Amino acid sequence: MDTDQLIRTLAADNAYRARPVGFALMLALLAAAPVSLLIFFAELGVRPDVTTAMRNPFFDLKFAVTLALAASAIAVSLHLSRPEASLRGFGWWLLIPAGILVAAISGEMMMPQRTPMMTRLIGKNSMACMTAIPAMSLPLLVGALYGLRQGAPARPAVVGAVAGLLSAGLAATVYASHCTDDSPLFVATWYTLATAIVASVGALMGKRALRY
Amino acid sequence: MREREDEWTGLMRSAISGDEAAYHRLLKAVTPVLRAAARRGLARAGQPVDQSEDIVQDILLAVHLKRQTWDTSAPFAPWLFAIARNKLIDALRRRGRRIFVNIDDFAETLPGETPEPTASATEVNAQLQALPARQRDVLQSIAVDSASIKDTAAKFAMSEGAVRVALHRGLSSLTAKLRDR
Repeated sequence: MDTDQLIRTLAADNAYRARPVGFALMLALLAAAPVSLLIFFAELGVRPDVTTAMRNPFFDLKFAVTLALAASAIAVSLHLSRPEASLRGFGWWLLIPAGILVAAISGEMMMPQRTPMMTRLIGKNSMACMTAIPAMSLPLLVGALYGLRQGAPARPAVVGAVAGLLSAGLAATVYASHCTDDSPLFVATWYTLATAIVASVGALMGKRALRY
Repeated sequence: MREREDEWTGLMRSAISGDEAAYHRLLKAVTPVLRAAARRGLARAGQPVDQSEDIVQDILLAVHLKRQTWDTSAPFAPWLFAIARNKLIDALRRRGRRIFVNIDDFAETLPGETPEPTASATEVNAQLQALPARQRDVLQSIAVDSASIKDTAAKFAMSEGAVRVALHRGLSSLTAKLRDR
C-alpha cells in the first residue's frame, strides 16, 4: 500500500470517533471497582467501631490523603496521555497528598499522646495494609491501564506509575475504613510503601501496555 | 511556516467536525514534512533513508488513531510533531541505533521542499497479509481499488456500517501488529 492509498483509507475512516481518554478511564475504573470491593468485603470489611472513629479527625484525614492522591493522579495521568505533554508544571499536583500528610503529622506531634511514637508508627495492621492495598489496587490498575490505552503518552512507564498511584489511592481510600491505625505516622509509612509497590508494578506494566 | 501551521489546525478542526475532504487535504499536506524529517532522522542515525516511508506510514496511522488526544483549542503542529518524534525514536530503536532525534528535524522543514511521488512501504504491506480476511478485503478495496464505502459494501454484500467497522478495526489491528512486531 503506498502512502497516498493509506491516506485515502484513513480519510475514509474519518467518521470514526474514539472515546476521549477521560471517559474511557472512568468506564474502565467503574468496571474494575466491583472486583476491588469484593476483595474488601470478603476479606476485610469496615471496622466495627466506624461511627466512633469518624469523630476522630485523624481517621478522617486518612481519607483526605488517599482521595487527594487518587484525584491528583487522575488529573496527571490524563494530562500525560497527550503526546506533547510533559510533567513540567503538572508534577506538583502529586505533592498535594504528601502536603496533607506532613500537616497531619505535625498536627499529631503537637497533641499530647498516650502511646509512644514508634508504637503509633508500627501499628497493628502493617502487614494487612501492605497486602490489602496492593491486592485491591491490582484490578483498578488493570482497568486504569486499559482506559489509558486510548491516550498517546510520550513516556508510557511514567503514565503507568501514575496509574499505579491512582489505583493505590482509590484502594487505600476503601482500606482506610477497615484499618484501626489512624496515626498519620502509620499512614506515611505503610500506606506509602504499599503505594510505592503498586506504582512500580504500574510502571512495569505501563511500559508495555501504553506504547502506541 | 506560521501560516502553514494555522492552516493545519483549521483543517484538523474541520476534519474532527466531520469534513472528510479537509482530513484528506491535511494528511496530504503534512506527509512531505514528515517524510523529510524521517529521512533526516534516518540519515543522522546512519540508516538508509529508503526506509523513511515505513516511518511516515507509522506516523500517519498513529495520528489517525490518537486524534482524540488532540485538544481542539491547541495548535495542531506541536501535537503532530510529538507523535512523529515518538514514532521516529521507536523506529530507530527497533533498528538498534543510538538515537539522536532533534525537534528541529520537524519544525524546520521548509515549505518549498519538493513533494516526492508517493512511495510504497514494505511493512504495512507485510502486516496487511496477516489481517483477518474480511478486514483485509475492505482495506484493499478502499485503498488499492479506490472504492467508496458504499461500493465496498455492495461488492462484499455487507452493510455500510459493517464496512466502516471492518475498516476501523483493520486500521487498528494493522497498527497493533506494526507496534508489536
